[in-house]
Amino acid sequence: MNAALSAAISIGFHGLAYAMVLYLISVGLSVTMGLMGFANLAHGVFAAAGGFVMTRLMNAYHVPFPLAVAAAFVTVAAGSVVLERLLYRRLYGADELSQVLMSIGLIFMSVAAAQYIWGPQPQPMAPPAYLNGQIDLGARSFPAYRSFLIIAGAVVVTLLWLGLERTRFGARIRAAVDNRRMAQSVGINTSRLFTWTFALGSGLAALGGALGADILAIDPGYAQEHLIYFLIVVAVGGLGSIRGPFFAALLLGIADTGFKYLLPEFGAFFIYALTLALLLWRPQGLFGRA
Amino acid sequence: MRATAGREAAPIAVEALARGHRLKAWEFAPWLVAALAYFVFPSYLALGSQILIAILFTLSIDLILGYAGIVTLGQSAFFGAGAYTAGLLAAHGWGEPLTGLAAAALVAAVLGLLSGAVILRTKGLSLLMLTLVIAAMLQEAANKAGSITGGADGLQGMAVWPVLGLFPFDLYDRTAYLYSLAVLFLAWLAARRLVHSPFGRSLTGIRENEARMHAIGSPVFRRRLIIYTIAAALAGIAGGLLAETTQYVALDVLGFERSGSALIMLIIGGVGRLYGPFIGVPLYMIAQDRFAQANPVYWDFWIGLLIIIVVIFARRGLLGLAEQLLQKARRKP
Repeated sequence: MNAALSAAISIGFHGLAYAMVLYLISVGLSVTMGLMGFANLAHGVFAAAGGFVMTRLMNAYHVPFPLAVAAAFVTVAAGSVVLERLLYRRLYGADELSQVLMSIGLIFMSVAAAQYIWGPQPQPMAPPAYLNGQIDLGARSFPAYRSFLIIAGAVVVTLLWLGLERTRFGARIRAAVDNRRMAQSVGINTSRLFTWTFALGSGLAALGGALGADILAIDPGYAQEHLIYFLIVVAVGGLGSIRGPFFAALLLGIADTGFKYLLPEFGAFFIYALTLALLLWRPQGLFGRA
Repeated sequence: MRATAGREAAPIAVEALARGHRLKAWEFAPWLVAALAYFVFPSYLALGSQILIAILFTLSIDLILGYAGIVTLGQSAFFGAGAYTAGLLAAHGWGEPLTGLAAAALVAAVLGLLSGAVILRTKGLSLLMLTLVIAAMLQEAANKAGSITGGADGLQGMAVWPVLGLFPFDLYDRTAYLYSLAVLFLAWLAARRLVHSPFGRSLTGIRENEARMHAIGSPVFRRRLIIYTIAAALAGIAGGLLAETTQYVALDVLGFERSGSALIMLIIGGVGRLYGPFIGVPLYMIAQDRFAQANPVYWDFWIGLLIIIVVIFARRGLLGLAEQLLQKARRKP
């Protein structure tokens, strides 16, 4: 196999795994923005919280990996309901600046709290034994954990799409995104819908943060360091869509991996330039409505 | 003109506008305090000039956010551009401070004009994110171009000449303080003139009701771009001041933290009023100096909590609160 093809496969594989993590984390943000019109910069906090819960359970209490991931999802989803009722709810329909500042405040608090509880160093993440090592596919072998990440991501994406298209809950969300007042008029309890959607989105972010802990290391600064990537996924994908962010995450994951592999001396520079160009061409995002 | 207009209803509004423009006695209060601080706290002049520079930077955000209604998280892009411009000039043999500041303003303004022409076409979340992207892009460039900027180690080896050839920068930061104070005063005069001008009024109009401003034929995009460029130049001057007074430029001049904390200081003081920065910045930075040295982590936690409380309960900042109390007190008797 020649070197170029090998590099392309490598970029595609790792880019795909990265994209899955980015998508899981960002999809909730897209729905929150589309549904509630809330510019929640603190969404990364939920992803980081998921990572912290999982690594703590695994490292300190030897909880098995699947259980730890499930616990991260549930804890963070439940915690986000408290935050939604206590803080976010007050600022639905407020101006953008208030929402931005409130979420910056949350980021500051969570970064400080995480540093106080866990210390400044990144949390070690050791995949279980059965996900260690390589999967041999004849011509080439792939790291098992990253392969698992891609498959798990694909399963969640499928469930999410089916859920949104085929269930009553999904239909309600679509109705509320399209026209909130109309949805209220036909008897949908949008307030409760918001809470559930917020919890689901935060839980998914926790899932992404936990599963992706070996790609995006779990440390106190997490929510702030990766904020811009989550925002890129949402803005490029288009607000309120769950399909848009998927393609945006794919694009970002693979392009970022590619640029950093081929042109490491430029770092993330080209990704930012690409985002700028994409949003100039389509300000409402690839799949957003004008 | 004035005589004929005098008989109609309009002059009341004209009169109110003109009154807003006139300098009032209390407007000299911050400058009096700043001048007094020079004599009363001679050992805190380093902190003092940091505060003055932060006020200038926050004022530049106030112009675009408070008056034109553009929410930005990337104003540090222009601050950093100014800091690196002045820094690189001084490190390569041109340490004249005033021309250094002029160059910093020019580079930042060009950058503001170019990036503004691109990103001001978007709105809402996209705009917010693109301001962040521009700053992140510059920071990545400064980080990776280590041979020019010093990268993560920071830019060193600056030699700044005396101000006007007379006042060398001293160990006690006396020159730094007075120099920053003079620059801030001039910038404040300019900003004050700007917001009371017809141009400034039309910006407020755009903030309050963009559709209507379009309808009456106001060139909305161009006006936004102009104020964005002016604010970028002011931020560039603030960055240049920091580089010249500390003789060092680190990567964090371009960072998100700088823009974020400036927004917080602005909201504590009050957005959309020229004096918000003069209240919010000193409060924040003096408190930070007192409390954060022992444990910066606690500081971040409490400031996060404070900002959430301010947003939910005192949305118009301390100046807004004061105004409310004043109105209540007036109504009572």
